[in-house]
Amino acid sequence: MSVLVLAEHDLGALSAATARIVAAAETLGPVDLLVAGQDVSAVAAEAAKLAGVEKVLVADSAALASLSPEAVAALLARLAEPYSHIVAAAAATGRDAIPRLAAKLDLMPVTDVVAIHGPTRFDRPIYAGNAIETVSSGQSKHLLTIRASAFRPAASGNDAPIHPVDADVTSVARFLAAHRTESDLPELSTAQVVVAGGVSFGSAEKFALVAELAKVLGAAVGATRAAVDAGYAPNDWQVGQTGKIIAPDLYIAIGISGALQHLAGIQGAKKIVAINKDPEAPLMKIADIALVGDLFEVVPQLIAGLGRE
Amino acid sequence: MKILVAVKRVVDHAVRVRVRPDGSGVETENVRMSMNPFDKHAVEAAVQLGEAGHASEIVVVSIGPKQSNDVILTALAMGAHRGILIEADGRIETLAVAKLLNAVVAEEQPDLVLLGKQAVDDDSNQVGQMLAGLLDWPQATFASEIKVAGDSLEVTREVDYGRATVGVSLPAIVTADLRLNTPRNAALPMVMKARSKPLAVRPAAEFGVDLTPRLKLEKVSPPAERVAGRKVADAAELVAAISSELTELEAL
Ligand SMILES: Cc1cc2nc3c(=O)[nH]c(=O)nc-3n(C[C@H](O)[C@H](O)[C@H](O)COP(=O)(O)OP(=O)(O)OC[C@H]3O[C@@H](n4cnc5c(N)ncnc54)[C@H](O)[C@@H]3O)c2cc1C
Ligand SMILES: Nc1ncnc2c1ncn2[C@@H]1O[C@H](COP(=O)(O)O)[C@@H](O)[C@H]1O
Repeated sequence: MSVLVLAEHDLGALSAATARIVAAAETLGPVDLLVAGQDVSAVAAEAAKLAGVEKVLVADSAALASLSPEAVAALLARLAEPYSHIVAAAAATGRDAIPRLAAKLDLMPVTDVVAIHGPTRFDRPIYAGNAIETVSSGQSKHLLTIRASAFRPAASGNDAPIHPVDADVTSVARFLAAHRTESDLPELSTAQVVVAGGVSFGSAEKFALVAELAKVLGAAVGATRAAVDAGYAPNDWQVGQTGKIIAPDLYIAIGISGALQHLAGIQGAKKIVAINKDPEAPLMKIADIALVGDLFEVVPQLIAGLGRE
Repeated sequence: MKILVAVKRVVDHAVRVRVRPDGSGVETENVRMSMNPFDKHAVEAAVQLGEAGHASEIVVVSIGPKQSNDVILTALAMGAHRGILIEADGRIETLAVAKLLNAVVAEEQPDLVLLGKQAVDDDSNQVGQMLAGLLDWPQATFASEIKVAGDSLEVTREVDYGRATVGVSLPAIVTADLRLNTPRNAALPMVMKARSKPLAVRPAAEFGVDLTPRLKLEKVSPPAERVAGRKVADAAELVAAISSELTELEAL
């Protein structure tokens, strides 16, 4: 058994998810970590430090610059042969490439794995996390995407060897433009503390209160789909079944009802704080700490009070 | 262009499902079913492409039990022209669904296949990518905007860092995200008209695809339950509570 893990990276930095995927994958067998992209030597150097990595494979080419699923799946297909498991984070690159690869290899993948019970048995959530299915596979190879937030990160301090691999693939889709959300707040998917707001803020200007409170706490910002749809927050802040799935130590939900699609994104949160004027809101009923109140009164007080501490 | 749209009948997204006590699955008896929400956005996108003069024919296909008729009729009422129901009972894995769709693509020769980004029952998020892999077509998943540019599409996708725009030449696979459009509610005359649109019903066996599941479904369990904690009276108490949580985190 040996495992090929696809590293997630962006803007020349290894994503925090990768350390978690490596730690999860290590329970399956020795891990080779693949860094694919263009000009990724700095990422490869970071990848080599992760504990549990046997070697880092680097596929560096212009065709991999945007990590198109066509190119990534073709690359993985070429490298697949010796591995029993091919694993990626359940994030943009892996979600796109792993099922494509699976079809090419005639394998049924297991996506969004939240628990690993040995090399062929996995848990994954279904129905927005309202049920967990346990599946096992007798296939010759196992293709997985793993929910990073469900696993602890691997330690650092390793010095794994780095090997270049043939990166000659073609990318059929043309990458035209990236529209990035600029923010100096921590990355939402792996943040320890997240402050999130709902549509009840009523405007983008007022939603800025969420970011203000987050800044005071060194937290990331999240939003409900309703808040994103209303244009108060960018799409990559959406938390839930179809947004980001997070597992912070502390989740502070402000004016969020707690629809089941939203709760799907925060099931892994350790402590939940909810502020809502409606004590019957579903999120208030599962919160560890709940305050019934008007967010427009409460949030400025929190910013002032916590800013002082 | 000709567009194929894949639609799935699922437990309605507003239903809170219950896991069967024997762990064999979730309770689907007497539960409201409807078209997978993402698939509504896919159908709407196809109909809008038609209204803009880009689509000559829109064919919808659903794989599932007889009752999946309902979701095909919904799509026909929204404006699709013709339906195909591939009848199959029991658990059909995404790989088999993708292979059946692949067979339909071979028959129908569409220029574009639209799917939802994920089915909200199994939350797999696989079929579109798999079909693209089988066909070796370009894929643009999680679409929030589709623009036609000659014989290719410019698709804006929802990604981890925000949005990204890609150009894909046709034929291609596009999967719909929720912000792609606002699906219409078909007016009654359209619902009536849908019943007279062609709808072919074909057994899955006809397609020569092996439907045997590759994964063994061992059990389905309920998630860990969360229970209500404590209430605090005012913002000052909440400040104290959050501070003590943060102190605890720092100590770790
Ligand atoms: C297929 C599908 C996928 C979806 N995916 C997601 C997803 O990924 N993430 C997601 O979040 N949603 C998702 N949704 C939408 C979800 O169903 C809800 O509509 C959404 O989460 C509601 O957002 P909200 O809490 O901001 O708004 P609402 O449900 O309208 O709740 C507003 C809350 O604010 C409170 N409030 C109002 N004013 C104040 C005030 N002044 N002070 C304090 N409290 C106040 C109200 O009491 C209420 O509880 C999805 C839906 C579908 C169909
Ligand atoms: N049984 C099915 N019949 C028709 N389309 C399906 C079926 N299953 C999945 N799809 C399509 O594939 C998309 C993604 O589904 P999934 O990969 O199962 O999450 C759905 O939104 C549908 O468009």
